[in-house]
Formats: sequence, C-alpha cells, structure tokens
Amino acid sequence: MLADDMACNARNPKPATVFSHKNMELNVYGDDVEVDYRSYEVTVENFLRVLTGRVPPSTPRSKRLLSDDRSNILIYMTGHGGNGFLKFQDSEEITNIELADAFEQMWQKRRYNELLFIIDTCQGASMYERFYSPNIMALASSQVGEDSLSHQPDPAIGVHLMDRYTFYVLEFLEEINPASQTNMNDLFQVCPKSLCVSTPGHRTDLFQRDPKHVLITDFFGSVRKVEITAETISLQRDPQAVESRYSSQLLHG
Amino acid sequence: MGLLSDPVRRRAIARFILRLNTPLCVLSYVAGIAWFLALVFPPLTQRTYMSENAMGSTMVEEQFVGGDRARNFARDFAAHRRKSGSLPVAWLERSMRSVGLEVYTQSFYRKLPFPDETHERYMVSGTNVYGILRAPRAASTESLVLTVPCGPDSTNSQAVGLLLALAAHFRGQIYWAKDIIFLVTEHDLLGTEAWLEAYHDINVTGIQSSPLQGRAGAIQAAVALELSSDVVTSLDVTVEGLNGQLPNLDLLNLFQTFCQKGGLLCTLQGKASGRPHGPHGLFLRYRVEALTLRGINSFRQYKYDLVAVGKALEGMFRKLNHLLERLHQSFFFYLLPALSRFVSIGLYMPAAGFLLLVLGLKALELWMQLHEAGGNPEEAGKAPGPGSPPLAPQGVGLASLMAPLLISQAMGLALYVLPVLGQHIAAQHFPVAEAEAVVLTLLAIYVAGLALPHNTHRVVSSQVPDRGWMALKLVALIYLALQLGCIALTNFSLGFLLAATMVPAAALTKPHGPRPLYAALLVVTSPAVTLLGSLFLWRELQEVPLSLAEGWQLFLTALAQGVLEHYTYGALLFPILALGLYPCWLLFWNVLFWK
Repeated sequence: MLADDMACNARNPKPATVFSHKNMELNVYGDDVEVDYRSYEVTVENFLRVLTGRVPPSTPRSKRLLSDDRSNILIYMTGHGGNGFLKFQDSEEITNIELADAFEQMWQKRRYNELLFIIDTCQGASMYERFYSPNIMALASSQVGEDSLSHQPDPAIGVHLMDRYTFYVLEFLEEINPASQTNMNDLFQVCPKSLCVSTPGHRTDLFQRDPKHVLITDFFGSVRKVEITAETISLQRDPQAVESRYSSQLLHG
Repeated sequence: MGLLSDPVRRRAIARFILRLNTPLCVLSYVAGIAWFLALVFPPLTQRTYMSENAMGSTMVEEQFVGGDRARNFARDFAAHRRKSGSLPVAWLERSMRSVGLEVYTQSFYRKLPFPDETHERYMVSGTNVYGILRAPRAASTESLVLTVPCGPDSTNSQAVGLLLALAAHFRGQIYWAKDIIFLVTEHDLLGTEAWLEAYHDINVTGIQSSPLQGRAGAIQAAVALELSSDVVTSLDVTVEGLNGQLPNLDLLNLFQTFCQKGGLLCTLQGKASGRPHGPHGLFLRYRVEALTLRGINSFRQYKYDLVAVGKALEGMFRKLNHLLERLHQSFFFYLLPALSRFVSIGLYMPAAGFLLLVLGLKALELWMQLHEAGGNPEEAGKAPGPGSPPLAPQGVGLASLMAPLLISQAMGLALYVLPVLGQHIAAQHFPVAEAEAVVLTLLAIYVAGLALPHNTHRVVSSQVPDRGWMALKLVALIYLALQLGCIALTNFSLGFLLAATMVPAAALTKPHGPRPLYAALLVVTSPAVTLLGSLFLWRELQEVPLSLAEGWQLFLTALAQGVLEHYTYGALLFPILALGLYPCWLLFWNVLFWK
C-alpha cells in the first residue's frame, strides 16, 4: 500500500525510481515491486479489511491477503505517527487498539502462523504496546516520547530520501540471502542509538519461539520450507478410466 | 449584583474615571508610543523561521551557469529597445520561442483620469509578452510566475536577459511540477495589472485589454525582478504591496535562506503609504504571494554577477516547486524591523490599541458627563463603554448632530469626486494643466472645509450649547477610533502614524480654552499636513533633505500620484483619507469652533 507516489511524482528528477541514498546505488522501486493499493485506496478501512479478509467478493486476488494458518506474515508500516496512532492520508488515523484487535481477528480466523510487525514512525513503540494475540513479534524505530529522524538529504532533489531506521534495516537486509542463518537477535541490534538517534525497541513476549532461533528468512525473501523425502509415492491410475476419457476426447475433437 | 449594573458601584467607577481621566489618557498615549519603540527589541521580535514543511530545511544544489547567455540577451534587448523606442515585442517573442517556451502576447490600453506628470503619460497603450514553460509530467493545475516590469524610464534589460537565460535553463529540467510563466510587462505596473486582470478574468480598474490566449493554472507564487546593471552589490527585497497587504512570511524566509546560502547581501525596504512598490503589490490582491527583488549597484567592494542572482532565483523556484498547497503556514500580518526579524500581529497591535484607548477613555468621560449633566445617573441596564453606540443624549435633538455630520461627509464626498470630475472646467478657466488642476482643486476643497464651522452654526439651532459639542465630540471620537482601528489592522504603519498624530489633537479639542493653540494643533495633525511632514521626514532619513519649495512640489506630486493610483490600481489611501478621515477631522474642527 503506497499512499504517495514518489516514483512517478512530477518532482522526481529520476522518474520511476526511488533511491535510498543520494549515491543512487540502490533503487528500492525496482522491477520486483508490486503496489496493490495506491494513493486514495490506502485507507484505514481498506487496510483492516485486507488483514481480516473481509473484502467484497469482487476484490481481485492481487488485492487480497491470501494467507492461511501456515503463513508467516510481514507487516511494515511507516509515516507520521504519535503516541498510539499512525496517520493515513492527512485525514484519518489508525490506533494501536484497532491494530491489536485486527491481529486478534486474524488469529481467531487462523490467518497467520507467525507475524512480524515493523514500524518506523515517531513514537513507534506505542503501536505494539496493545498487542495480545500469540505469535507476534514487533520492532519499532523509536520509543514513546522520541521522534524518528530521517537520514541524509539529496541536494539534487531537495528532500530527505529515507528514514534512519529504515535505511539501516535495509542495509542489514541487503546482506541476507535465502540461505542465510541470521536470526532475529541480529535484527534487534540494527541501528543503535548512536546511529539512529532514537532508541529502537522490540517486543517478543507474545512469540512462542526464542528469537535467536527465528531466522530472518522465515519472514523475508519468500523462502519456502522444502522437505526432502526419501519415500516413493506411487502415482498409479485406473488404466480403463484413462482409456475412456481418451476416446471421448477424440470424439469431441 | 454585578460590577456594572450596581448603581452605587457604577457611580464610584464613573467618579474614578472622571477624576483620573487625563492622567490615564496621557499614560495610555505614552504606553502606546513606548510599546511601538520597543518593538525592535528581543522579547517582542523573533528570528524568522521557515514554517512550511514542504519547503523545509533541505537546500537544493543550484545548477545555473548561464551568466554569459544572460548578458548577451540583455545586450540584444537593450539594442532593440533603443531602436524601437518601446518594448521590442517581436524580438521577445522570437527569443522566448527559441528558448523553448509557449509564447503569447496581450495588448492593453488605458486612458488615465488625468495626465500623469511623473511618468509623462496620459493615454497608455502597450503589449505584454509572456512565455509558459509547461511542467513535463504534471497537469498544469498550478503555476509560478517570474515577471520583469519594463517601463519607458526603467531600463530593466539585465533582468530580461536573466529571465531568458533562466527560462533556457529551466526548460532543460524535468522536475517541474508546476508551470512557470515568464512575463515581461510594458509600462511597469499598468501592464502587470492588465495581465493579472485578464488572467483572472475580471475587470476592476477599467483597463481595456485583449483576452489572454494561454493560461497555466492557479498562480501559487510570483517573483518580480528589477536589475539595471551587470553586477550588483546587494539585492533589495520589497514586501509591502497595495494597501499595505503583505505576502506570507514564508516567501520572505525562503528568499532570506537563499541569500544566506549564496552569501548575497540582502536588504529590506518598506514604507507606510500603501502604494504598490513593485509588481508584486498587484499580485497580492489575488492572494498570490509575491516579492519584488531589486538589484542595487552601490559603492561596496564585493560585487555579485548575474549567475549569483540567477542561482538564488533558481533555488527559490525549485523550493516553490515542492509546495503541495498554497503558502499558509506562516504569518500574513507582521512587521519587519530587519530582514531576519519579525514581529507578529499579536505583539504589535497593543501599540495601536493603547493609542485608541485614549480615544475610548475620552469618549467614556464625555458619556459620563452627558449623563450627569442630564440629571439621569441611572440608566436602564445598559453598561457604558467606549464601544457602545451613542444614544441620542437627552435635551439635544438629533438635528444638531446630524447637520455637522452630513455637512462634513458631504465635504468629504466633494473632495473625493470633484477634483477629477472638474479638472477640465478648472483647466479651461485657469492657466494650469489638468494634473495641476486636480491637485489644486483638492487643496482648495480641503481648505474650504476649514471655513465651514461658521456656516454650520447658522443651520443648527443650538438649545443647550454645552451638550451639543460634547455629543458631537463623542460621535467624532468613536468614528475616529473605528476608522483608525480598521486602518491599523490592514496597514499597521499607516494606522499607527495617523493615530500617533491625530489622537492627541482629537482628545484635546474643545471650544473652551486657548482656541488658537488648539486650532494650530488640529491643523498640524490633519491628514494632509501629516503627509507633508512625513515626506520631509522620509527625505531626511534618506539623507536627501528637501528645501521648502522642493518639499511643496513633492507634496503636490504625491497627491496627484495618490489620486491616480486609486483610479489605476484601486489603492485605497485616497478614498480613506477623503471619505473617512477628512470628514472625521472636520467634525473636530466643528467642535473647536462651537459657539
């Protein structure tokens, strides 16, 4: 869900790109980015409907969260926030209580196995204070009462390109490959106060596993669990059923 | 029982106010003047800061390097201008087209109410040329304007050169989200007014202009540029516009940030007269934030060339490009003691408030005296106050009040209407030019008003002489306070100046006592004499002192300009003085000569 279209904004001197740093090395709006909800479709109602699955029947599959009780979900939120809320579109807010209730609905409807929630706003830690559903791990860029700050400006455009916490998390994640064994404890160490100015926080009490046994790739990189099996499975079919179907196909052409 | 409805307490308050009235008035006046003088000191002034988030603190690297190109354009423009005598429209069209803009022209015509002696023009016709740079990937809903006014006496050729070079540079960039209009107007402000009226499809000043063929969306901000030399030592910015209207402070903050970034010396200039000091003054009426930048070449050592000025302008336009909404975060009413210091309206209004309090206290005193003299201390539940409407006091018929009011107002109307209407008749009977006829008629009516008091009394039959003048003074004080309050709100400098001079005279006037002294005081503080005095003072401050004859000539010119600007741009100084302050002042004159 992208509320502002920075890549195609008329003020972007490099259209269709969003760089993380003025050296223009990493385009975060690359070919593998899919935006399902854009501009005015990004509302609190749409967000909660996607999470809980209460979408109108006509909603296309790309706009649904097709998850079940074996799915791990990653939710990353950023923008302007405060103590207990995040701003949507300059006109509405989502509160931490609403978010916690939405996650509980997801748990009741068995829509997730484990959920990783990362938030980069001012006073971000307030957003995960109210969670009460199991198997949720949360990270935030700043504590209650602190502001999250942006990273460096790009003098060619005249704006700051990225927030500090997101920049350093991105740097950390760029090192991860699908075979990586890095765990969540390393993610918690990203962006200490000396780099981020604010104090990042995390919450793991609702998570059933120990964070040091949780791989980053459990949530990032679409790494699926592949089980190699040594048994053989017979794929025999009834040969007569095969024949009759074949001949009826010949008749129908 | 409440403080004001309890008759015993009310009488106590009344006695208190009556006894201490004069000390309170003096204290209030001194407080007002002192507060005004204190406005330059730190607790009352603040450093300016950028309020708009979108224009933020991040500066942009400027890329403009077209100094040579600007100088070449300027030289060509000057040469063609000399050859054709007026704006070289064809050359401008060709150059703008070669730079890559969509070019349009607009012709306009205006017959001034009377010939303008200072600019030597009467029937003005001219052409504006403007080029639109369309935003490559946006929908042309918003635009920015860079305008260069060209008049017959102001050779603005370097500004035209810089405008064309900047247009060429801007045309090569793809990051514009708003259209940019590059406007070259003829005959200074008349051309700008014609263009603005045609752009916004209205006609308020009676100028005739051809409709605009090309438009570019709602104008968000405008910068006017005046440069008369290849190098500048400083950039002077003018913020005050028509009728004292000011642009949003953020625009000035933006300019100041780029001055600091580029190391340019930037100065501020302003005055109280409510004249549009540059084209930006006319933009403000349409709620388009605008500034005029003037390049000054003085005897300082360090000089900046056109590239530096171009970079500052480029930076400003890039930052304005980032805006998503109109400038609205910062102050609209402010005073600027210096370029980086401002005083907001909440802090400077008390100065005018204290001055007007004097009028209020005097009115209150008169109200009390009228009631006590009428033998009616209890009044049906109405609390006396400076703002309450004047009920007709007992024993004095309305007729004795209405006559002076009507006659003064009629004189004001005559002062407003007759000079321009009667200029031809005056020019026929007297050996003067039309402009002089207007000004002299103005002065004649003004002075004739002084002769009125003796006439008014024959019309009025005064029954109780004392109460008559008190009632009239009460009405006049409230009228003056209302007017000065309104003027101070929109144009604080003008309002404060008038209040500081007129309030003591108005408060002191009464028929008893040293009449010649009061008469002299009233005359000295009448609006016309205040104008004369401030002209002398202004020239003194500019270190170009005037002799009496020169001062008088300048005064006459200022009067003519004031009347002309009212007709050509809708400036309100002339109607306010003629229809508002002058009749009010005449009422005090009536009070003074009450028999």
